Amino acid sequence: MAVLRARKTNNEADQPSSPVLRFGSDKPLKLDAGTLLSPFQIAYQTYGTLNDARSNAILVCHALTGDQHVASTNPVTGKPGWWEVLIGPGKIIDTNRFFVICSNVIGGCLGSTGPASTNPATGKPYGLDLPIITIRDMVRAQQMLIDHFGIEKLFCVLGGSMGGMQVLEWASSYPERVFSALPIATGARHSSQNIAFHEVGRQAVMADPDWHGGKYFEHGKRPEKGLAVARMAAHITYLSEAALHRKFGRNLQDREALTFGFDADFQIESYLRHQGMTFVDRFDANSYLYMTRSMDYFDLAADHGGRLADAFAGTKTRFCLVSFTSDWLFPTEESRSIVHALNAAGASVSFVEIETDRGHDAFLLDEPELFAAINGFIGSAARARGLSL
Amino acid sequence: MSVNRDQRVDLEVVANLIPPQSRVLDVGSGDGSLLELLQDTKQVDGRGLELSQRGVNECVARGLSVIQGDADKDLEFYPDKGFDFVVLSQTLQATRNPKLVLDELLRIGNRAIVSFPNFGHWRVRLSLFIQGRMPVTKDLPYSWYDTPNIHFCTIRDFVNLCDELGATVEKATALDANGQKIGLSMPWWFWNFFGQQAVFLLKR
Repeated sequence: MAVLRARKTNNEADQPSSPVLRFGSDKPLKLDAGTLLSPFQIAYQTYGTLNDARSNAILVCHALTGDQHVASTNPVTGKPGWWEVLIGPGKIIDTNRFFVICSNVIGGCLGSTGPASTNPATGKPYGLDLPIITIRDMVRAQQMLIDHFGIEKLFCVLGGSMGGMQVLEWASSYPERVFSALPIATGARHSSQNIAFHEVGRQAVMADPDWHGGKYFEHGKRPEKGLAVARMAAHITYLSEAALHRKFGRNLQDREALTFGFDADFQIESYLRHQGMTFVDRFDANSYLYMTRSMDYFDLAADHGGRLADAFAGTKTRFCLVSFTSDWLFPTEESRSIVHALNAAGASVSFVEIETDRGHDAFLLDEPELFAAINGFIGSAARARGLSL
Repeated sequence: MSVNRDQRVDLEVVANLIPPQSRVLDVGSGDGSLLELLQDTKQVDGRGLELSQRGVNECVARGLSVIQGDADKDLEFYPDKGFDFVVLSQTLQATRNPKLVLDELLRIGNRAIVSFPNFGHWRVRLSLFIQGRMPVTKDLPYSWYDTPNIHFCTIRDFVNLCDELGATVEKATALDANGQKIGLSMPWWFWNFFGQQAVFLLKR
């Protein structure tokens, strides 16, 4: 089963089951690394209908291990879209009203050009021959997709975590194309602690003998153990101590007593092993390296002479930031410093901190206060944009 | 909120001072009543700063542009003259450093509008003078030990502070216990005695 899915992931990289937009040598993607990526492709999903004025488009940016299947069944896992609680007909982001676009980021593994994609120069997967991808590169590619739809100004760009970084980059790089921006549980830079956790994950992948210097496909292997460990470590950072303890405590897994060995005695161990195992079925290890690196490199203030407010100078975009009390990956202070920068830039900004013990992952869950904030913000922005109810 | 919500007769007085389409920052925006009133009747570009997270979340859910923050700490992040009007309604007495806050309001806004409960009102004086107790009124419903209001002032005190900060009083209104405006021709001492709330329009 795992092997079958692995093959499926690999196929999705070149021939995704979602729509895909291919750019030839006439339209290369300029990368921050200083090179051009060409040819390249963007896999995407859309929901709803673009109105005649092309003013009702919402771009959803996915997180580290997310994909374009935001509101429809994932072709690899068979599970519902990752934000179906929020997006769909009659939902908070109502696809009867809005045209929702979500694309797989460049460097991803579900159809947009990434390390698992075939390198046209060699006929083999790129592996580590793909240049390092930055958040800005991802946004630049998304911008070319938006051009393809003939959309001049997006009604809203939203996303959480790495998706939130893209939202900030969009608002900073293309302010005239973003009417409203909704970055959730994110930061304007990756903190030292966050880089540290990512490095642990990357080292776990690279320490797996099946990684083969990134050329594992050529060896008919995948560094599943390393990637699973990376996911296990990362997963802890997405939760909170309180939530873990509430959910698992010190409960034992399918046994009455400790075994005095290294089996998964505790439920939490079994849970993490499961998280690691299911992750490798749907994600490419090299892509994980590239994605984590893109977040590590993100520092919006540094791109603007060290002053974050300058990233948003003169912006007319309406912002709403959301953070969660128990998120220790992107604590409230990260959002607050963005809010202060936006204030200094004279921007229109709302900021909501939501009380929850569900940690960073709260943005993906059914959080009524999050939905109320999104609903209020989108509603007032829609009125200001003249979009009928 | 630092005063009884049902008694916000000052909101309309504040709203009447603000011309349509102004850029307004409401410091201590509470449940967003003033911002909503201004958006509905004056189509202002309104922003709010509110201490209570619950208040903020409710405001944002209602489509208002509000952030959580503290008037004592967070005003420094706003640019000079970023707004036409900065409103501080019924919040001054709850700030830690009213002088600094007022100074910031005058920096951020072309004009500042400040409303506050007058501690010189005769009922307050009566309570202290006759009963020897800290006053608890409809407007100031808290006991001394649980009140968020830590820096009360009278209308006269406030006028003195404005002088110290080099602020010009462009307009002042005092409201009596029934929310009625007290005649403009009346002298300061009369306002200070019968005004239950005061609303000042300031410029520097």
